[in-house]
Amino acid sequence: MNQTYAVAAVTAVVLATVLIGALGLRVSRTTSDFYVASRTAGPRLNAAAISGEYLSAASFLGIAGLVLVQGPAMLWYPVGYTAGYLVLLVLVAAPLRRSGAYTLSDFAEARLESPQVRRLASLFVVGIGWLYLLPQLQGAGLTLEILTGAPDWVGGLLVAVVVTGTVAAGGMRSITFVQAFQYWLKLTALLVPAFFLVAAWHGDGAPRARFDAPATLREHTVVRVADTVRLGLDAPLTLTVTGTVDSVRYEERPVTLGPGTHHVSGGTVLALPPGAPVPERRADGSDPLGWSQPLAGGRDGHQLYATYGLILATFLGTMGLPHVAVRFYTSPNGRAARRTTLVVLGLVGAFYLLPGVYGALGRIYAPELALTGSADAAVLVLPDRIVGGALGDLLGAFLAGGAFAAFLSTASGLTMSVAGVLAQDVLPSRAVRHFRLATPLATAVPLAVGVAASKVPVADAVGLAFAVSASSFCPLLVLGIWWRRLTPPGAAAGLLLGGGSALAAVMATRAGLAPGGWPHTLMAWPAVWSVPLGFLTMVLVSLATPRSVPPGTAATLARLHLPEEFTAPVPAQEARR
Amino acid sequence: MSGIVLAAAASAGAVLLAAGVVLGRLTARRGDRAADLDLGTPVERATFHTLHTASLAAPPLRAGLTGETARKAVRPLRSLLGTEALCLTDGSAVLAWDGPGAAHHHAGVSELAAATLETGRSSSAPTGCADPGCELRWAVTAPLTGEEGVLGALVAYGPRESAVLVRAATEVARWVSVQLELAELDRSRTRMVEAEIRALRAQISPHFIFNSLAAIASFVRTDPERARDLLLEFADFTRYSFRRQGEFAQLADELRAIEQYLALAGARFGDRLKVTLQIAPEVLPVALPFLCLQPLVENAVKHGLQDRERGCRVVIAARDAGAEAVVTVEDDGVGMDPERLRAVLRGEHPSGSGIGLSNVDERLRQVYGAGYGLVIETGVGAGMKVTARFPKYRPGVHPSPPL
Repeated sequence: MNQTYAVAAVTAVVLATVLIGALGLRVSRTTSDFYVASRTAGPRLNAAAISGEYLSAASFLGIAGLVLVQGPAMLWYPVGYTAGYLVLLVLVAAPLRRSGAYTLSDFAEARLESPQVRRLASLFVVGIGWLYLLPQLQGAGLTLEILTGAPDWVGGLLVAVVVTGTVAAGGMRSITFVQAFQYWLKLTALLVPAFFLVAAWHGDGAPRARFDAPATLREHTVVRVADTVRLGLDAPLTLTVTGTVDSVRYEERPVTLGPGTHHVSGGTVLALPPGAPVPERRADGSDPLGWSQPLAGGRDGHQLYATYGLILATFLGTMGLPHVAVRFYTSPNGRAARRTTLVVLGLVGAFYLLPGVYGALGRIYAPELALTGSADAAVLVLPDRIVGGALGDLLGAFLAGGAFAAFLSTASGLTMSVAGVLAQDVLPSRAVRHFRLATPLATAVPLAVGVAASKVPVADAVGLAFAVSASSFCPLLVLGIWWRRLTPPGAAAGLLLGGGSALAAVMATRAGLAPGGWPHTLMAWPAVWSVPLGFLTMVLVSLATPRSVPPGTAATLARLHLPEEFTAPVPAQEARR
Repeated sequence: MSGIVLAAAASAGAVLLAAGVVLGRLTARRGDRAADLDLGTPVERATFHTLHTASLAAPPLRAGLTGETARKAVRPLRSLLGTEALCLTDGSAVLAWDGPGAAHHHAGVSELAAATLETGRSSSAPTGCADPGCELRWAVTAPLTGEEGVLGALVAYGPRESAVLVRAATEVARWVSVQLELAELDRSRTRMVEAEIRALRAQISPHFIFNSLAAIASFVRTDPERARDLLLEFADFTRYSFRRQGEFAQLADELRAIEQYLALAGARFGDRLKVTLQIAPEVLPVALPFLCLQPLVENAVKHGLQDRERGCRVVIAARDAGAEAVVTVEDDGVGMDPERLRAVLRGEHPSGSGIGLSNVDERLRQVYGAGYGLVIETGVGAGMKVTARFPKYRPGVHPSPPL
């Protein structure tokens, strides 16, 4: 791939983001068009901003990679990411806006009138934000590594520095415009190359992707295995090896490997003949791919459970993402918030038609990516593989730009939310300007963990954040909005037990502490049990503490559910309590 | 392997955070700890215990004498008195009962309390209970008084007639009365603050009304269309400004009122007044005290046009700053001596051009806290820049819809 194009594209995206962010407001107006200036952001602009912030590296790169490796079962990811907004639309959007809350912690305080629950909610906001930032930075590292060969931490550092700089300097002044621009950039960056790729595929005789049998290589392919892996073969395979296989050292020697599992050391180069089936990676304890195996394997009977886990996490987790919740504040009222969500459904749905296409094309043209563990790069290498030449380079650079837009937009939205909550609720607040100090902290923690942590498929890593969000904030929001008997102790217990157990399970799985078999499956996909656990705890503890129902519950619920024009103004005395 | 590194890093981070929090708490509370070490003599400890029990009953009583506060206060009060049962009434009914015998003594309470409620004096009388196993033979009734006379009664039950019980009940009732008086004081102070806020609500200066009408009148013959538009603006602006409902409005509505104000001011000053706006759409839904920006704009226009020769440029900007919205109003007019401005903000120059500023400043501090006052940058001949910060969310701050 031509580095110059790619670097130019990434630089252009970074510069455009910084410039629109810094200059968006310089468009000054005079009194004659005052009305335009004082009009709130319309549902369409706001929806594009929400979508732009939401479509992260997981959507842009991760889904195609998962489809490539594991087949169409992975299409539940885009379905879940989209359907989460349906749940949000039906149950949460308008009441959340009417509550007047800016962050999820604000909502907890507005509904439950308890500073303790607010503080607890803040901790979860920070936790989910960090979990979600981690794959963004890792994805950036991967992208830059493929584009320029830089070490994998450089991309993450670049995104972290750009985001920290712009957010801390107050550069994201017109964040709505920036994020809306990023949405359209990402959509175009994925759509235009897709046209070329599909046309090339059609001209190639439209070969079908086969997901039921091992993928076969179309031409002579050389693969460098970066990390040590175990490969499974169903039939003998003859290939040229430079490096170590099954503890035997080879120097460019043709080797025939028998059926069974083979141990390939990191750094080994495998040259596969055309028509050879791609060996499959096998899970084992130390293999970073291993933990996502329950859904991936699919053949060991846990697939149904894992799919339900994924569906629950994504359907119910979207409402608890810190950077999504704050965007609803921009809507002028509850009805506009609902309309915005509807448009978001359309925009996000349209976007998610594309990653599947890339995944299927990748299965045909770049199946060896499954071997190297960098399947997330499928989207980036396809233009070079299918179209080739200068056009391929250009399209690849375009995709790289889009991918960086994805990292930047999601990371900056998350950083702003996390830094805001850190400055307001977690750090001791003595000075006013704490926000700027909180910003580096917000990005430094996931950056450090990202360097130390194992490579996990980006879409799966994002799934973890969804699982925690679905087990903590979904019960809080749904019960807070629709159940008048929720009490602060109940909410706190539910957050701790539901969200806390999901968080613990997810961390333990990522650290490789979970035992194999069913316990592993249960811990890797916690949403199936942790979401009901969160709901149940909240309901039971609330019922056990009926005397702690906040005194203002009736007034708060009336405000959440009545359209703004019918809400009686709060009496002056109440307002100040 | 790398999984373990991750786990180690994560747990190290968590431990560090927890350690920081605990350390902060410890250093903050060290003062309390030192006091606990010397426990004092038995008499002192008894005093401490009594004071502590009394302090438990005080907070509910400070909210006045109602069913809920009486229920919360009656248990610590009974342990303070050490009686079998204790009952609190208001002028007509039993509010709370602590201890046994509630079922069959409940009816007799109003009879016992009637005399005390009328005379305002303590009394002691047998309960005349028919149940021989019942411990509640005698009742001491003491009045609870407020500023406006007797509010209710405290009825303490004991097994026999006892001067100690009478004394104790009377003293406790007196202590409760003090708390109730303080509650009334609190209430009247709140009422006063509210009245003050109502008075502080920016008022449209009569001059502005005269000047606007005069400016409109000057267009009636030359440009009737414009005069009509201006009159409609005037009607909208006054309707918005004179509304009585709600203390808070959305920034978008406030800006619309400012637009109308500027249209009217523009009619008077023509080309000499130039206004530039930089508004981030994210902050338009922010709730803020009603009509707290208009005085700032009025002030800027006034300052800008004091120098009759040249025109004036006013820049109004609202931008997003994390969990806050920052609004600045800037003019390039004559400015102000910082010393004089400081005096105005302290309220030492009750008349003069800065009255709007000090009014807004005071309201912002009352609503959002001392950290949220106006920040004013100015100098003689250097223009003036006023910055106000509004938190996007604050409990109890909800905008009322525009009328």
